[in-house]
Amino acid sequence: MAKHETPLLDQLESGPWPSFVSDMKQEAESRAKNVNNVEFQIPKDVIEDLMGVLELSYKDGTTHWKHGGIVGVFGYGGGVIGRYCDQPESFPGVAHFHTLRVNQPSGHFYSTEYLRQLCDLWEFRGSGLTNMHGSTGDIIFLGTTTPQLEEIFYEMTHKLDQDLGGSGSNLRTPSDCIGQARCEYACYDTQDLCTHLTQEYQDELHRPAFPYKFKFKFDGCPNCCVASIARADMSFIGTWKDDIRIDQDAVKGYVNGEFKPNGGSHSGRDWGPFDIQKEVIDLCPTKCMRYENGKLEINNRECTRCMHCINVMPRALRPGKQTGCSILVGAKAPILDGAQMSSLLLPFVEVNKENDYQEVKDVIESIWDWWMEEGKNRERLGELMKRQGFQKLLEVTGVDPIPQHVSEPRHNPYIFWKEEEVPGGWERDINEFRKHHKR
Amino acid sequence: MALEYEESKQKIIEALQKKSKSKSKFYFSDLAKILDAKPREAKKIVTQMVQEGILEFWSSGSTSMYGLKGTGKQAGAEHEDG
Repeated sequence: MAKHETPLLDQLESGPWPSFVSDMKQEAESRAKNVNNVEFQIPKDVIEDLMGVLELSYKDGTTHWKHGGIVGVFGYGGGVIGRYCDQPESFPGVAHFHTLRVNQPSGHFYSTEYLRQLCDLWEFRGSGLTNMHGSTGDIIFLGTTTPQLEEIFYEMTHKLDQDLGGSGSNLRTPSDCIGQARCEYACYDTQDLCTHLTQEYQDELHRPAFPYKFKFKFDGCPNCCVASIARADMSFIGTWKDDIRIDQDAVKGYVNGEFKPNGGSHSGRDWGPFDIQKEVIDLCPTKCMRYENGKLEINNRECTRCMHCINVMPRALRPGKQTGCSILVGAKAPILDGAQMSSLLLPFVEVNKENDYQEVKDVIESIWDWWMEEGKNRERLGELMKRQGFQKLLEVTGVDPIPQHVSEPRHNPYIFWKEEEVPGGWERDINEFRKHHKR
Repeated sequence: MALEYEESKQKIIEALQKKSKSKSKFYFSDLAKILDAKPREAKKIVTQMVQEGILEFWSSGSTSMYGLKGTGKQAGAEHEDG
């Protein structure tokens, strides 16, 4: 019989979706049986107690976790989040239940051997419960006691060649899409850039000195599979400068029904024959395409890189050859105060491995210098941009204003001329003026 | 100009001890203000103080703060003061 009665949790298993409650019960049972004779370093019944305290929280309508803690591994200000239960007598297994963030491999590429090693380590020294790539993106180890922290850190860094991730007022674990490893849309090597910047900014990742969290995310193309535009203080989104490459024969192939549109997805029902006009041309947001006399034409100057046509006809259309990334800044997705998408700062930056991505780093560091000095405590970059203005951001990054920075010029202009930028300044000779303009 | 470590350390310790009755955890920006230094300069001092075990980190998970080691309720209450 279960250690604690959990009727409210049990009810959650009745829905149509796989339930985390079932997962917890499965792990609790596995620990109880312990067929591999693991010498558990934290209480064997930790998961029963975890379910017990969660049930109590549902009953009471309040949390029984305290806020934060001082625990960590030596020299690191992030990666470990102290969690303590405020009902330790009733649930001794979770009196200490600290979370560890583990820096996931770029693009989430694992070998099964590596995953097994991580899980074995966590079963031995923690609760066995993980949260693979939730909203933070990292591998999360849920629940261990303080004495285990350094042991786990040692094992990870010395045997698994693996670092902790970021938490707190740090650079958070950078995350990226699978990029050029598997995806032909990727306009730059997301994994290389993500790994490079992770290594480069180790101090920012592990020793907190920012006003609040800061996130990088890397998308190889504007499909934005890691949703960097919505979730990262700095989003790197792959793009191209030249024209979309068109294979006219393949376009005809789609029109004649030889190839399935959308790579064969949405095939759950019969949508009828492919209609290029209705499904591609009419859906182009900038209306920059036409299909006439069996030929597809694109006015690339008007293309807004929405990716729709390429997604529908991937055999026929490909991003251009002059590729790089756009840098956008200021997104956040907080619970309070509403979400904010990132704003375009640089429409095109070369992503250049040859010089260790110096152009990208210059932008990052100028933004950090500004935010570290001017940002209020717990103020995200997007909020500072709103408070001091986009123009200030352009000043600190040394970027010249361009039309793409202005979304609604008549309605809300936020880029103003300064006196020193205007020939002659604000002063003018009234007599000279009166020669041409009567009173 | 680079900050002098020993002098900066004393400044932080004194300022934090002065406020210790009302407050035991401080934002990084509070420490930078005490040193009257740019964040990157201040970070070097603060990091070294953590390495020496004078300061310790506190984290809620989303925000990080600093305190003199062993001060505040947390260390005793969570039996983390050994």
